[in-house]
Amino acid sequence: MSAPAPAMYSEAAGRTAARLGLKLGRPNLEAFADTVLGLARADRNVLVVTGDSRGSGKLGPFGRELPDQIVEVGIAEQNLVGIAAGLAAAGKTVFAVSPACFLTARALEQIKNDVAYSDQPVILVGISAGVSYGALGSTHHSLHDYAALRAIPNLAVMAPADNGEAVAAVKAAAAGRRPIYLRFGKAPLYDLPAAGGFVPGRAREVRPGRDAAFLATGETVIHAVLAAAELEARDGLRCRVLSLPTIKPLDGAAVLAAGRECRALITVEEHSVCGGLGEACAALLAQAGLATRFRIVGLPDEPTVTGSQADIFRHYG
Amino acid sequence: MPSDRELALKSLHYRRRILEVIKHAGGGHTGGSLSCVDILNVLYNRVLRVSPATAADPGRDRYIQSKGHSVEALYVVLADRGFFPDAELATLGKYQSRLIGHPTRHVPGIEQNTGALGHGLAVAVGLAIAGKKDRATYRVFTLLGDGEMAEGSVWEAAMAAGHYRLDNLNAIVDQNSLQITGRTRDVLNSEPLEAKFGAFGWVVRTVNGHDLKALSATLAAPPVNNRPVAIIAKTIKGKGVSFMEDNPKWHHAVPNDEEYARAMQELDAAVADLERRPA
Repeated sequence: MSAPAPAMYSEAAGRTAARLGLKLGRPNLEAFADTVLGLARADRNVLVVTGDSRGSGKLGPFGRELPDQIVEVGIAEQNLVGIAAGLAAAGKTVFAVSPACFLTARALEQIKNDVAYSDQPVILVGISAGVSYGALGSTHHSLHDYAALRAIPNLAVMAPADNGEAVAAVKAAAAGRRPIYLRFGKAPLYDLPAAGGFVPGRAREVRPGRDAAFLATGETVIHAVLAAAELEARDGLRCRVLSLPTIKPLDGAAVLAAGRECRALITVEEHSVCGGLGEACAALLAQAGLATRFRIVGLPDEPTVTGSQADIFRHYG
Repeated sequence: MPSDRELALKSLHYRRRILEVIKHAGGGHTGGSLSCVDILNVLYNRVLRVSPATAADPGRDRYIQSKGHSVEALYVVLADRGFFPDAELATLGKYQSRLIGHPTRHVPGIEQNTGALGHGLAVAVGLAIAGKKDRATYRVFTLLGDGEMAEGSVWEAAMAAGHYRLDNLNAIVDQNSLQITGRTRDVLNSEPLEAKFGAFGWVVRTVNGHDLKALSATLAAPPVNNRPVAIIAKTIKGKGVSFMEDNPKWHHAVPNDEEYARAMQELDAAVADLERRPA
C-alpha cells in the first residue's frame, strides 16, 4: 500500500514514502490493543486496568470478549496505578492503560512508589501520547513524560515507532515482568524498513549513512526517515536514521557510535526539548568527550500551538 | 496463639522495643508507632495468616501499612514474629541498612513500599480484586492514619472497594486524632469517618484501638458478604508513656536520656504490674 498519505503526513511526505516503498500500517494503539487481546486470550492472568478510557485505548473488543480480565476504575488515575500495583503484587500481568498526559502526571507518585520503587511489574501504557490529542490542548498533551519517568529508577521507558516495534514491545513487556512504560500515539504509522527486529534497550538502524545521523523515537522516527530520504534525493547526503524505541535504558553504544562516525547528530522526539531523548543523548555524548555538532528537535518550552497533531508538527518544524 | 495475658505482655514489650530502637537510631515516628502497635500486635499474633515460612505463599493474608511512617512498630512486630533477627533492629536508619525509615519490600514480611500517604488502600484494593478473580481465600488488611484521610487517593480507592464489593478487604484507621501540626480536627477535619466510609458502601466498625480483646474480636470477625470493612480504631498517640500521650510533639520526637529513662520505668512498671496479676 502506498499513497494516499493520511492527514498526518504532507503530500510530499506521502510521495517520498511511496518512492521508498513504505507500507502504511495502523496506529500503534490498535496494534497494542490486538496484541494484548491475544495475550489475554492465552492467559487469564493477563489483565487490563482502564480509567474510563477503553474507547480511546481501542479496548472495546477486549472488554466485550474478556470482561473478567478488564478492571475499570473510573476517572481516577492515581487509583488506577495503585490498583494495578496490587494486582501485579498478586502475580497478575497488568497493563495499566490511560491517556499518557494523565497517567504520567496525575499518577506520577504512584508510578514512582507503588510500581517502580516497590518493584511491582506493572506495564504502564500511555495512550494518545505526545500531541496526539492535537487541538484539545496542553492539558491533553504529554510532552513531559520521558523527562519525568527517566528520573525514576527501575522503570524502562519505551516509545515504539511502528507496528512491528509496538507488538514486539508489548510481548517483551508481558514476558519481562519488570516495571515499564509504553507510549503509544494515535496516528497510523508506516512500517519501518529497519534491519533486524525490536530488542528492548537496543537501537535499530533504519537507514545507513555518515553525513549526519537522526536519532529518533516513537512516532517521529518516520519523519526522520522521510527527511533523510529527501536530503539524499535533493543534496546527495547519506544520513543515518536510528530508531530508539527504548529511551531508558538508552542504547549508549549506538548513540556514541553515531557521534563518532557521523558529522552531525539530530535528535527527534514528540516531547519537550527539556529532559527527553535529546538531552539524554547530549549528556551521554558530552560525558564521553564527543563534541559532535548536535541539535535537539522537539517541542519548545512553551504552551503548544493550537491545531491537529500534523499542524503542531508542521508549526514547530 | 498467645493468651490474652501473653498478648498484653507483648504489647508492653513492643513498646519498650520501639523506644529502644528509636533512641538507638536517633530518629523515628514515636507517637504513631505507639498508637498503632496494639493493632499490629493483634494482627500479627491472632489474625493474619502469615509467617516467615509462608512469606511467598500465594494464599497468605496481605498486610499493607499505608501509614508507612509508623514503621518502627512494624519492624518490631515482624522481628518478634521471626521475619528477621531482632538484633537487626539496631541497624535502623544506619548506613546501608535495609531497615529504612519507611517500609520496603527489602525487609522480609513487608509486601509493599509505602511512606507517601494515600497509597496503601489502592494497592490493597488491587490485591483484593486479584483475590476475587482467583477465588482465593486470603484477606487483605491495610492500616491508615486519620491525618492520611485528607489524601484524595484514599477516597478513590474507597469508592472502588465499595463498587467491587470487596468483602476480602479490611481498612483499619489508626484514629489517634493528631498529626504533625496538631489536632486532626483543626488541621483538616476528617470526621465523621464512620459516615464517610458508610456512604462509600463499607461496613464500619468502631473499636478501642488499645483494647486487645475488642481488637481481636473486631479484626478476626468473619467477612460481611459483598462489603469491605472499615475499622475505626480509636487510639491515643504516644500510648503507654504518660508524657507522650496525646501530644503532637511526640509525632517524631526522640526522647532524651531522662525522658527515655522515665518512659522505660513506666513500661517496666506496667510489665511488673501485669506479671503480678493472677493468670
